Amino acid sequence: MAGRTLGAKIAVARAVGTVARRAGRGGGTSLPGKVLMRLEPHAIGALAGRLPQGSVAISATNGKTTTAAMVASILERRGTRLVHNRAGANMAGGIASTLLGAARGGGIDGQLGLFEVDEFWLGQLVEELKPRKLLLGNLFRDQLDRYGELETIADRWAEIVARHGAATQLVLNADDPLVADLGREQPRVVFFGVEDDAMALPEMQHASDSKHCRRCGHAYEYDAVYLGHLGHYHCPRCGQRRPRPAVVAERVELRGTRGAAFALRIADDGNGGGEQVATVELPLPGLYNVYNALGAAALCHALGVPFAEIVAGLEQVAAAFGRAETISLGERDLSILLIKNPAGANEVLRTLALEPEQVDVLAVLNDNVADGRDVSWVWDADFELLAGRVRRVTCAGTRAAELALRLKYAGVDPERLVVVPELERALDAARADGDGTLFALPTYTALLALRELLARRGLAPEYWQ
Amino acid sequence: MSEPAPAPQTTVSEPAATLRVCALYPDLMNIYADRGNLLLLRRRCEWRGIGFELVPVGLGEELGRAGEECDLFYIGGGQDRDQKLCALDLAQVKRDGIHAAVARGAALLAVCGGYQLLGHSYELGEETLPGVGLVDLETVRSDGPRLIGNVAIEVDLGDGPRVLAGFENHGGRTHLGPGEQPLGRVLRGHGNDGRSGFEGVRRGNVIGTYLHGPLLPKNAWLADWLIARALGRDEPLEPLDDTFESAAHVEARRAAGA
Repeated sequence: MAGRTLGAKIAVARAVGTVARRAGRGGGTSLPGKVLMRLEPHAIGALAGRLPQGSVAISATNGKTTTAAMVASILERRGTRLVHNRAGANMAGGIASTLLGAARGGGIDGQLGLFEVDEFWLGQLVEELKPRKLLLGNLFRDQLDRYGELETIADRWAEIVARHGAATQLVLNADDPLVADLGREQPRVVFFGVEDDAMALPEMQHASDSKHCRRCGHAYEYDAVYLGHLGHYHCPRCGQRRPRPAVVAERVELRGTRGAAFALRIADDGNGGGEQVATVELPLPGLYNVYNALGAAALCHALGVPFAEIVAGLEQVAAAFGRAETISLGERDLSILLIKNPAGANEVLRTLALEPEQVDVLAVLNDNVADGRDVSWVWDADFELLAGRVRRVTCAGTRAAELALRLKYAGVDPERLVVVPELERALDAARADGDGTLFALPTYTALLALRELLARRGLAPEYWQ
Repeated sequence: MSEPAPAPQTTVSEPAATLRVCALYPDLMNIYADRGNLLLLRRRCEWRGIGFELVPVGLGEELGRAGEECDLFYIGGGQDRDQKLCALDLAQVKRDGIHAAVARGAALLAVCGGYQLLGHSYELGEETLPGVGLVDLETVRSDGPRLIGNVAIEVDLGDGPRVLAGFENHGGRTHLGPGEQPLGRVLRGHGNDGRSGFEGVRRGNVIGTYLHGPLLPKNAWLADWLIARALGRDEPLEPLDDTFESAAHVEARRAAGA
């Protein structure tokens, strides 16, 4: 009876999605789910409950989509059928839409749910999904107008962990003190982290956020800083220190925008496997993607995936939507690197700065709700890394002028800056000016618009496919 | 290539000017990209051949020589926990030094969380943070929604009406005492309390405002006003090519609907 009721609601929600898509209203990635949630507030729990292997959830400020893509690459290689919000729609509506798309009669087409979850929606979605494993990757300063302050999110996450820690195994980044501390009183936590002195930054980046001990409030001391506030830290007052991770990246080698390599080491977990080490050739660039790969490896290790299959899956991962994805424009390639907050943008900029030649950039700053209406963050990101490294930057988006100004004050010669707010004109202008790879740095809604534009021209699949 | 650095001034009749800026708690009170404000001041001095010196002063440190020598003091916004630490430190460690600096004519710009600490107190429910007492105002954390959004205000700093555009995001409502002048009149947005129609505070060379975004990049004219006031110059500063600055200002005003 209840199943039939849900079935009828699913049919209505699907019909709405079909109509919306025919009317050309974007990809309709979250609309059907929103309709379903209105008809049946616990639809996510009901549908996720049909998954025979349950669900795993991933949250972080940066890297959710890519980490989930890496987990999918590892699991799908070995034949696991996933229900996965691949397009990155990671609030309740998007996750409900994903489950809706997989529902078949009273069952579901898939074995395991793999969901990236918006950090602000995590509590509500963990309540519904009851994930077996929860991977928490990092917390960085993000869209303050939408999310409030960082410590507030950390407190909220601590409540989630307190409520669900007994049933849900945590997979935590040991190098992020805000995240690692969530595991303080939890059993069975799998920690991951980087151990490579050569990757340490000479000083803390400006955008660093977590500077004070979660337990006693004293300033942390860092023996090594890798990325933002991620690194090897300890509190000189209360003695809290980075937990020793079981899943580790060593001997990291960054290869510009093309990829990275590192030695993946997983400690002996007492199940007879012993310690295991292998080199991973990662086709995605930057230390931030090494962190994403570590998180994915730790989650899959917690799911019992054999070590060799983790390594093979990571080596075959394709770029997620707009995350170092390269699309051919015909005469030149377009490499798309999402930027949405200072920490994430810094890693993209650090990676771009490794290119041997001066680069052409199409930078798109929007201030729509999903980007954050407040564009202050571009002044926290280290665009100084581009000074002297760019041949041309075409600035576009609703706040194109602000971005151009930021670049001028970052030390980019104004003569190298072109402002073309409208995206399609900007793309054409940037494309026609120069050769070699064009690097697009869009904010979130700019990424969606860019992708739709490319799809319309037959250069990329539509993003909801 | 980065812009060529200006040649240091060596052969001028008057001694080469240097703007000395004291940044208060730059590692804590920086939540809304406050370093953008400092960057504007630095570059706009450098491009004119004016020296620029930044003196960061943190928790527990006396103002000392910075209090006696700096021309401009800056304090930005921070997370609740950090703002509390700074409020106590301002009141206990730096109060006298800041009062003395302002009394001798130094300029001071306080943005958002820093602005909330300029007056008597900031009430946060059960807790009350002390202010530094430079102006007659108090702030109360409201149960109502945070006041968030693009904002534009009209100000008159003595040269006729001009517009400041930025972004505001604050839970506190700031109320000015009867003798105190606001920085400006709200054109779009919420301002001090969402009701009075006023934004910020100005007394002489002291300016407090909720406008971040950051403020000075979107309003380069105010950066120049601060530099001139801080250096005690009556004549306008040498003009710069502000094509990009003007466009960003217009864009920020448009975002606010003004």
